[in-house]
Amino acid sequence: MKYAYYPGCSLHSTAKEYDMSTRAVFNELGIELQEIPDWNCCGATSGHAMSRELGLALPLRDLATAESMGMDVLAPCAACFARLKTADTTAKDDPALLQSITEQTGIKYGGGVEVLSVLKAFSAVGAEEIAAHVKKPLTGLKPACYYGCLLLRPPDVVQFDDAENPTSMDDVMKALGAEPVDWPHKTECCGASLALSKSDIVVKLTHDILAMAKKSGANCIVAACPLCQANLDTRQDQVEAKYGEKIGLPVLYVTQLMGMAFGLPISELGLNKLMISPDKVLAGI
Amino acid sequence: MANAVASDRLTVTGNKDFQTEIEKLSGQNIASCYQCGECTAGCPVAYTADITPNQVTRLVQLGQADDVLKSSMIWLCVGCETCTTRCPRKVDLAKVMDALREVSVKRGIASGEPNVRTFHESFLSAVQRSGRVHEISMIGEYKLRSLDLFSDIFLGAKMFLKGKLAIMPSMIKNRDEMKKIFCTRKRS
Repeated sequence: MKYAYYPGCSLHSTAKEYDMSTRAVFNELGIELQEIPDWNCCGATSGHAMSRELGLALPLRDLATAESMGMDVLAPCAACFARLKTADTTAKDDPALLQSITEQTGIKYGGGVEVLSVLKAFSAVGAEEIAAHVKKPLTGLKPACYYGCLLLRPPDVVQFDDAENPTSMDDVMKALGAEPVDWPHKTECCGASLALSKSDIVVKLTHDILAMAKKSGANCIVAACPLCQANLDTRQDQVEAKYGEKIGLPVLYVTQLMGMAFGLPISELGLNKLMISPDKVLAGI
Repeated sequence: MANAVASDRLTVTGNKDFQTEIEKLSGQNIASCYQCGECTAGCPVAYTADITPNQVTRLVQLGQADDVLKSSMIWLCVGCETCTTRCPRKVDLAKVMDALREVSVKRGIASGEPNVRTFHESFLSAVQRSGRVHEISMIGEYKLRSLDLFSDIFLGAKMFLKGKLAIMPSMIKNRDEMKKIFCTRKRS
């Protein structure tokens, strides 16, 4: 089993620990990740926010390269996943637009690639197989599984799990021996790309999510998106200062917790890169 | 005075050119919106915007281009797709917001949220230059262009110390292809 691996810009910088832990976990599961050579940025929010065609042309170049590798694409970053998946869907639904982009850029994409998020890939592996790799069950861990926006929306494009009440990440956590909490903010938006330009909005939205996770009895949050993770983790002290509430919830990547449960070396999981230390909640594991 | 504004607006109500332009660019049937307000109920940023998402579609239907294109709403929309997911009329409002932003830039209308536009421009200029985003250069460019020089300085320093910000940019080899790709962005 092999996937063409699309790390995207975040996994090479702010979310290095997501890259490290993804590689480690897929290696443990016996799935080879082959990085797409010379991949370019998917354009993220800014690409499609400013130009429909640019927002499609950027990810289409990566899809075309993956197609020449003859593999489906694994895109751990939720924003990258959404852009690649949207470009693939649009290429199939709007051949005239694809033709116009091909004429302008020379990019030829035949639509032969499936784009997967890590959650879709883990669901393909199956909970039983994941449980079979567990050496240190995450007993006592009560994660709030936070899916955010772009792993599941829009459902017509993503076609996976339930866009309003998803369970695929909860299933992974249960397979690892954790007890995910039931909570209502699984798919609320964290403010994502407004982090720099409208940080007051991001502080408000992350407060709502963090406070609800805490109220629901979680002792950590699990994310599968570098923007979600960064906003929830790095802005927590600002949230605490503004709202006068103690939060103190570590925000881990789903792959970091899988790596922990699989007993993989800590050095491969980048736990020390998190702003809120997970040491206390992981102490018994 | 209020009557005068209302009658001004009535004179352009029959003009469907703007709605047609946005429908074509977004691929959405904006006429089908029946103003239930589901989009606004789920929108994470409507609480702080000048007009709400359902008002955006209504103003497009009424041909009120200026009111929509200068609004902060179209720039605060972060593309979370909650409205798109829940619309009972299957209007992909996130795509409509994309089209409105694109048209507002083409018409040279000042952004209702200048820093958000500056962020997007700084991000894309980083991609155009290297094919990938190098955070330190991108944030530097954003700060110089927005003159928002000192916010998040401590956060940036903490992230740097955690090794989360690469010092050297990562560049793709085939940067000529980026030039062609960026030609697809038509600015006028």
